[in-house]
Amino acid sequence: MKIYLSQDSAAKALGAEEVAAAIRTEAEARGQEITLVRTGSRGMIWLEPLVEIEREGIRIGYGPMTADGVSGLFDGSAPDLGPVEDIPFFAAQTRLTFARVGRIDPLDLAAYEAEGGLSGLRRALEMTPEAIVEEVKASGLRGRGGAGFPTGIKWDTVRQAEGARKYIVCNADEGDSGTFADRMLIEGDPMALIEGMVIAGLAVGATKGFVYLRSEYPDAIAVLRAAIARAEGAGILGDVMGSGRQFDLEVRVGAGAYVCGEETSLLNSIEGKRAVVRAKPPLPAIEGLFGRPTVVNNVLSLATIPVIFEKGAGHYAGFGLGRSLGTMPIQIAGNVRFGGLFETAFGMPLGRLVEEIAGGTASGRPVKAVQVGGPLGAYLTPGQFDTPFGYEEFDREGALIGHAGIVVFDESADMRAMARFAMEFCAVESCGKCTPCRIGAVRGVEVIDRIGAGDASAVPILRDLCEVMRDGSLCALGGFTPYPVLSALDHFPEEFGQQREAAE
Amino acid sequence: MPKDMPQDMLETLTRLITGQLHLEGPLLPILQAIQAELDHVPEQAIPMIADALNISAAEVHGVMSFYHDFRSAPAGRHIVKICRAEACQAVGGAALADAVLADLGVAWHGTTASGAVTVEPVYCLGLCACGPAAMIDERPVGRIDAAGLKRMIAELDQ
Repeated sequence: MKIYLSQDSAAKALGAEEVAAAIRTEAEARGQEITLVRTGSRGMIWLEPLVEIEREGIRIGYGPMTADGVSGLFDGSAPDLGPVEDIPFFAAQTRLTFARVGRIDPLDLAAYEAEGGLSGLRRALEMTPEAIVEEVKASGLRGRGGAGFPTGIKWDTVRQAEGARKYIVCNADEGDSGTFADRMLIEGDPMALIEGMVIAGLAVGATKGFVYLRSEYPDAIAVLRAAIARAEGAGILGDVMGSGRQFDLEVRVGAGAYVCGEETSLLNSIEGKRAVVRAKPPLPAIEGLFGRPTVVNNVLSLATIPVIFEKGAGHYAGFGLGRSLGTMPIQIAGNVRFGGLFETAFGMPLGRLVEEIAGGTASGRPVKAVQVGGPLGAYLTPGQFDTPFGYEEFDREGALIGHAGIVVFDESADMRAMARFAMEFCAVESCGKCTPCRIGAVRGVEVIDRIGAGDASAVPILRDLCEVMRDGSLCALGGFTPYPVLSALDHFPEEFGQQREAAE
Repeated sequence: MPKDMPQDMLETLTRLITGQLHLEGPLLPILQAIQAELDHVPEQAIPMIADALNISAAEVHGVMSFYHDFRSAPAGRHIVKICRAEACQAVGGAALADAVLADLGVAWHGTTASGAVTVEPVYCLGLCACGPAAMIDERPVGRIDAAGLKRMIAELDQ
């Protein structure tokens, strides 16, 4: 009997290790031969721990499984979910970046290759750096960390930059609440990230890569370190596939500073400095890590590179809408029935994601607001649910998709408290370099408290403060904190002691 | 070099510092290696690190104090991190944290009188689809309520 069980930390958080132990004990007690494959997560977190048993080549799901329910897997009495890949949440997806996550043992290179791994790298090794960059440009891939800058253009800048040494830095400092795609990818298919970074190295002439991974993700750190050791042993890293071209990779662990998700503070952190933001220019592509030309890309951007080279840029660009091409692994979180990771082509309306895919709120109460894009993302209301999921489409709504985390709140949410929290968070995490962020966030908490105490005259002060932070901050931490604050104020003025305007 | 440092501490710190010196940008890995072994970064380490990296003690202190992870004094025997971020708030994370802190009689960053547990706030553990979330030492915990988390904390050290 071949059994699959996720070892993703969300599955572990819901009891996967207890289930794994129970499966081994039960199999031993029954004298039954089993193979237990530990995989990443399918992304259907409400079904975790999700056990899959292979029958005639099809994986049948059982979940959420408990240690007590394990005996039912062996005597056939456990209720099943049918074929896992036919579950509507899964079947409705287009999985390109996450194609292998949940299907394979993340450290099994043979399984990785059997499911398309390394074919992208083999193709890239036959190409010139210019051709590699052109392929990435043609795919339409934009930075998945939030800014949405075209990846191919960034690579081309580094490729053409002069430097005795160049670096590829992967930003895996996934600190945004409501986002966990980087973690799931690293825990479920770390080889894809490694392969993507090697291809980036070939494209720009970099020989060294760093993955800056946050300390809050101990499982991801362990999996990635093990994967790098495997890749070194298999000749993927080092002398890349015997091509004579060198690429080495190192994991650097963060130390609990949210601002390190900002690329220049991340570079300072790797260099061993206080993670303060650098003024731009110079761009990291010209003067990045240790002053050398550096590609800084998000995990998802780099992990999508292999499939672009495996299936061709045209295939990838065939998905999406407008200038948002390809697919996006959307993370559905907070108060939802079906939370998890849903990879789909850009363009799906927000309301469909919330009401249909996520199944509405877990509490069964109406949706009040949805925060998209992490703690710096705007709150949207059901009135904006027809907005298609895309960079420009969200921008027009005064919102951002960021790293594509969706956090759903029901009607019990206190929007003034959420606005206050946004300011408090900014104050805790500010790097302190620029005044609007360092001082503004502290004053923001105070002003919102004044409003809470009934002083409506403080509302214009809050708006003014937000304008200063937005226009005067050096990076997105201070600059985008006004998004959740002002969107909460605009959509729910009565919670700030204001009259709702008649036009609304 | 502080004269009152025991020889074994001196040797430990020297080993942990020199073990990272081959890295590019070794300061964070040094601090992490020391904290991983000693549970905190003792004051005596600061001038030693500064010496090894040819930077000022103020710079080392500046870096150490910038990052939330580093401690200059030992924490409790176990560290419980409770997520305060939005996705967990959407499913009752704030009430959970309040209840656990009240039960243990500590504030954020506080250590219980028995020295068993230090409670730290954390802004996202990436367990946003199964909140409220917490992490006990390095063990992730999801969809937990106050009673469940209190029970898990009580079971530590048993």
